Amino acid sequence: MADANHNGAAIEVRDLRKHFGRQQVLTGVNLQAPTGMITTIVGPSGCGKTVFLKHLNLLLRPDSGEIIIDSVEVTSLSGRALDPVREKLGVLFQAGALFDSMTIFENVAFPLVEKTRLTRDEIAERVRETLHEVALEGVETKYPSELSGGMQKRAALARALIGKPKILMLDEPTTGLDPTRTGAIHALIRRTQEHFGLTVVMVSHEVPKVFEISDRVAFMHGGKVGLFGTPDEITSAKNEEFERFLAGKAAADEAD
Amino acid sequence: MNLIEPIERFGEDILEAVAALGNFILFLAQAFRLIFAPPYKPRLAIRQVRTIGAESLLLVTLIATFTGMVLGLQGYNTLRRFGSEGALGTVVALTLVRELGPVLAALMIAARAGSAMAAELGAMQATEQIDALTVMAINPIQYLVSPRMLAGVIAFPLLTSIFDVVGIWGGYVIGVGLMGAPGSSYMNGIAANLESHDIATGLYKALVFGVTVTWVCCYKGYYARRMATGVSEATTAAVVLSSILVLAFDFCITAIS
Repeated sequence: MADANHNGAAIEVRDLRKHFGRQQVLTGVNLQAPTGMITTIVGPSGCGKTVFLKHLNLLLRPDSGEIIIDSVEVTSLSGRALDPVREKLGVLFQAGALFDSMTIFENVAFPLVEKTRLTRDEIAERVRETLHEVALEGVETKYPSELSGGMQKRAALARALIGKPKILMLDEPTTGLDPTRTGAIHALIRRTQEHFGLTVVMVSHEVPKVFEISDRVAFMHGGKVGLFGTPDEITSAKNEEFERFLAGKAAADEAD
Repeated sequence: MNLIEPIERFGEDILEAVAALGNFILFLAQAFRLIFAPPYKPRLAIRQVRTIGAESLLLVTLIATFTGMVLGLQGYNTLRRFGSEGALGTVVALTLVRELGPVLAALMIAARAGSAMAAELGAMQATEQIDALTVMAINPIQYLVSPRMLAGVIAFPLLTSIFDVVGIWGGYVIGVGLMGAPGSSYMNGIAANLESHDIATGLYKALVFGVTVTWVCCYKGYYARRMATGVSEATTAAVVLSSILVLAFDFCITAIS
């Protein structure tokens, strides 16, 4: 993939800790997500991967630790000071989080309408291009509830991409999709990443299928990253927890 | 160990309650401050004035008509015992303008628009739409709550005024039209005895209730738990709490004015 610079990380996390009430959810996460690559976070449910992603997209603040996004240490920033960092991020939520009171066109155009001074025509052009990019056309006037799950994911991805982010964060992008659509969304993520040279951080439960499009995999366990490397490296690492996770995953898929 | 644990838990509950109250008040302060902060989006507030105001008009008019009719009927029957049917207009108008107008209008708007507000924000919270605003660097309180609060401040006094006028008319129809109280003294009594201080008190109440209802309903929706029952809980709590606060604040304002 892309060449690494001196440390090569678009996102660097050091010893991140977070608790809710009496429960310690993150127990010291360390991670480096290299620039221009897809880093996928996997792990058993309850391992803290969604909470961790919410720290990366600046929705939660840690108790301690550092998060460096594109060379900016963000845990010391708050309020409006975070806006320039947020503008570098595109986020796709698990359920899409499209605004259900707006049409698909209005949803995708929303970040441009609210945050830029582009004219109506320029915005319409950008929306058309972006919807073409995610292979979703002819649905501009429909409402999110009128689309299938896969189409909603594409529309939400278009909304995340329209601000031309440097980093894309995806929270379980294939939840609720059948295997064919899962493959299509994976291919779309890879193609989009290559086309825009994006850094992608993704939480996924689609193991081991998601390894096909991942450059790096972080296996989270007990609130920290237990194993990190290329998909080949971690599958051949003979890590007991990881193998138990893979076996459990296979058993669960069998039961489906 | 066993002795200390309940005390610890009690302390935790108290701390949690104090934190929640602080959060509740900070929410109001933040929403209010952000009304005056750029970027200004008047169209959001205008749309809310339509939702809270114009779309509540029919309900408020209906309730006002019946309230005025009851006041006309009951007031006439009571006043006749003292031979003072001529004071009917004054009684109806003062009751409506100072008390029933602002309170009943606020309760009706809370039930109609406030519940919808809590449900809408609750559903947006549950489906991560509020988080989606945050990650786009749009302050969700400024985008969702401030326009509703501004619209409440505009719409409540207007709806209350309409409630008052319609209620006085309803009292006239029953008291004068049906029961036969003297029509000229109904209107002249109002003109002579309803002071601008009375009207100001009523509108001041409407203003306070406008903030209260939008504040409580937005807060309950905004912090709804992220599940299906979370939205219904938030909606119920929003209507109940805003009704209680409206009546409590009504007493306070009446007592000091």
